Amino acid sequence: MRKEDIQDNIRELLIPIGAIILGLLVGAVIMLAIGANPIEAYKALFIGAFGDMNKFANTLARSTPLIFTGLAVAFAFRCGLFNIGVEGQLYVGALAAAFVGGNLTGLPKIIHLPLTILAGMAAGGLWAAIPGFLKAKRGVHEVINTIMMNFIAYALIGYLVADVLKAPGQTPRTVPILPSATLIRLGELVNWSNSRLSIGFLIGLIACAIIYFVLWKTTIGYEVRSVGLSPLAAEYGGINSNRKIILAMVISGALGGLAGAERVLGFDRALILGFSPGFGFEGIAVALLGRNHPVGVLLGALLFGALSNGGAWMNFTTSVPVDLIVVLQAVIIFFVAADQIIRVIFPKKRKDWGAV
Amino acid sequence: MQPILSMEGITKRFPGVIANDGVNFDLRAGEIHALVGENGAGKSTLMNILFGLYQPDEGRIVYKGEELTIDEPNQAIKLGIGMVHQHFKLVPPLTVTENIVLGSEPKSGLKFDRKKALKDVEALSEKYGLLVDPNAKIENISVGMQQRVEILKTLYRGADIIILDEPTAVLTPQEVKELFDILKGLTKQGKSIIFITHKLGEVMEITNRATVMRRGKTIGTVETSETSPTHLAEMMVGRQVLLRVEKEEAKPGKPVLRVDGLSANDDRGLLSVNHVSFEIREGEILGIAGVEGNGQSELLEVLTGLRKPVSGEVYLNEKKITGLTAKEIKNHQVGYVPEDRHKRGLVLDFSVSENTILGIHSRKPFAKGVNLDYKAINNHADHLIEKFDVRTPNNQVHVRNLSGGNQQKIIIARELDTDPVLFIASQPTRGVDIGAIEFIHRQIVDARDNGKAVLLVSAELQEVMSLSDRIAVIYEGEIVDILEAKDATEDKLGLLMAGIKK
Repeated sequence: MRKEDIQDNIRELLIPIGAIILGLLVGAVIMLAIGANPIEAYKALFIGAFGDMNKFANTLARSTPLIFTGLAVAFAFRCGLFNIGVEGQLYVGALAAAFVGGNLTGLPKIIHLPLTILAGMAAGGLWAAIPGFLKAKRGVHEVINTIMMNFIAYALIGYLVADVLKAPGQTPRTVPILPSATLIRLGELVNWSNSRLSIGFLIGLIACAIIYFVLWKTTIGYEVRSVGLSPLAAEYGGINSNRKIILAMVISGALGGLAGAERVLGFDRALILGFSPGFGFEGIAVALLGRNHPVGVLLGALLFGALSNGGAWMNFTTSVPVDLIVVLQAVIIFFVAADQIIRVIFPKKRKDWGAV
Repeated sequence: MQPILSMEGITKRFPGVIANDGVNFDLRAGEIHALVGENGAGKSTLMNILFGLYQPDEGRIVYKGEELTIDEPNQAIKLGIGMVHQHFKLVPPLTVTENIVLGSEPKSGLKFDRKKALKDVEALSEKYGLLVDPNAKIENISVGMQQRVEILKTLYRGADIIILDEPTAVLTPQEVKELFDILKGLTKQGKSIIFITHKLGEVMEITNRATVMRRGKTIGTVETSETSPTHLAEMMVGRQVLLRVEKEEAKPGKPVLRVDGLSANDDRGLLSVNHVSFEIREGEILGIAGVEGNGQSELLEVLTGLRKPVSGEVYLNEKKITGLTAKEIKNHQVGYVPEDRHKRGLVLDFSVSENTILGIHSRKPFAKGVNLDYKAINNHADHLIEKFDVRTPNNQVHVRNLSGGNQQKIIIARELDTDPVLFIASQPTRGVDIGAIEFIHRQIVDARDNGKAVLLVSAELQEVMSLSDRIAVIYEGEIVDILEAKDATEDKLGLLMAGIKK
């Protein structure tokens, strides 16, 4: 890497790190205000997230869906699209995976598991293709459409899981995933852990690598990024923006679907209604924190996973309420979005040799 | 005469570069002072220091007899220094009045006093002879009018010094004339004007003195009446510059492009290209002269596949290419330098390397299947950088950070390197410095001499006249006449451009 590239990357990292530090400081002030001890609380937060191997595994498990949803938002964003519908795409992905994984009997794992994952991705991709198509062909803004598709997804899954596909019993859930379609959990491999961390996390790492490769090493990524940065220049360069918009939405939706499939096949082993605390929306924050870069998304997902699990522990062991975690997340996002503030607080030399 | 402003020994260093190196500059009250130099010479840095955007590392600023430091633009504005940027900083949906008072609105209580604002603007507009419609929305008025609004903004804030950054780059010849009248009027009222430009004709026409900068240093300040364009050009570039294009007689061959009865609509659906027919042979340059907005842009967009024609046909080497997509036409070996390099020609946040393959990115050797071969791409970029003398630290810099001339060189390099049979260049030297203009003109003539058919569209009549072998004049979407370049005079073309035929 060139010296300038390294400097650029450090600069890119400084903003989120600065935002996190500021977020923690603001959190500390709030804790002092409500009479809690911030050092103790942050210690509990850290222990809850990384205190032992089991907690660490759980943090990774909580981060896994965020890797996918963060990538989903980031990929669409690289094409200039704001996909707020990842939550809905996650729902339909989970539904398809739950159906295929729970009902298709008699298949060997080597076929059934990939098929189930693909079904989840396809469902998410198709769900996102609709707003993509409307945007490309009719110019309808994707923000509006993806939000509305979310509501349709909630209602649809709510109805199906509570009624048509409901497994016997009290809770609205689908039948358990067949063993031939499950993602293996860590707790099933070692006896020191009962964590529900599954190989879905590894799939997340692979997805990061693939998305990075697609965006920066292929003509598809080149075209998608051109459309995102400069639609007119892309048109001039013979790139069919409409096709790229649909493609980007489908890939983004497929990643959202994959997030749902991982929850269903690895973590919950069934579609339990209310399984997502808003992974799709947290993905927006993760992508923002990660500056729409796969590596950034991975780190952002880990941070949010750690905050979430550590927060639960903090709530359990100290007097600080778990809501503070939401405040922390919000403040961090605020400072990332308002990166000008960070630039003022951590001044850097201007890069101005070209603007003379 | 005591200068109103003097900047002495200004030095400003950025990492790896000295943008201003002991620069001296002084401005007299009531003069128009040109600040000329190629892009990257340090003009903008100097003006940004004066406007409080940068702090100088060394040197001092004396303004109205007082030595001071300018920490930020607000302070500069308070001191009476106003700046009109090249890219206007106006809010399109707001009215002229609202834009002028924005940020220092007259208030009655907490409320915006619209009546007083309107009255102030009208008074100001009358006082300085800058006629505007105070109630018109910015998005509905011409670029020339928008520029007046920018000037009024500085006057509203009490500017005594007005810095104009390449003010004519976006104007039509008529608007330029009007601007010059306005500037002369302003100086009569005691305002001083710093006029940043690299158009030497304008320096000669409008300014009292000129300060020339090169590579961060002041080369000298001259009285305009005692200098010549050639002399200024030499000071700017540091060597002799050919202001005229040297070229041999064209040796045209067989027709390459044939346009037959072509019509097209503009974005609003109005007919803007009206039954246009012409042909271009290999080894000749056909120039299109015309006031901007007479259908040139739409015509080129149809020829390059960016716009669908309404009727008519386009043939390239006798193959019909009417209505093909931009990609298909590019694959028929058509090179195109679009008029707006920022919006169309480049992806500004892509690296130099990535921009050198825009439009040819899926061809070998850059792409193997869907995989991009960055080694081949970077080699290609380095090759073009060297061949076309693109001034960039390396091939990974975002093109946004390069000067206009170097950006344009990248586009021209990319388009010529594909060895097109037809080379279309629109406004190839707009906003480009002298050294680069000379180079770009050379490239266009060389393309012709290599047997390419060249279609040139330019708002600079001089450019069309000096480069073209034949000149077509377009007026309201119609080709009014096509002249041999040797028969074309400025007067003749001017009449045709105004729609007056013979």
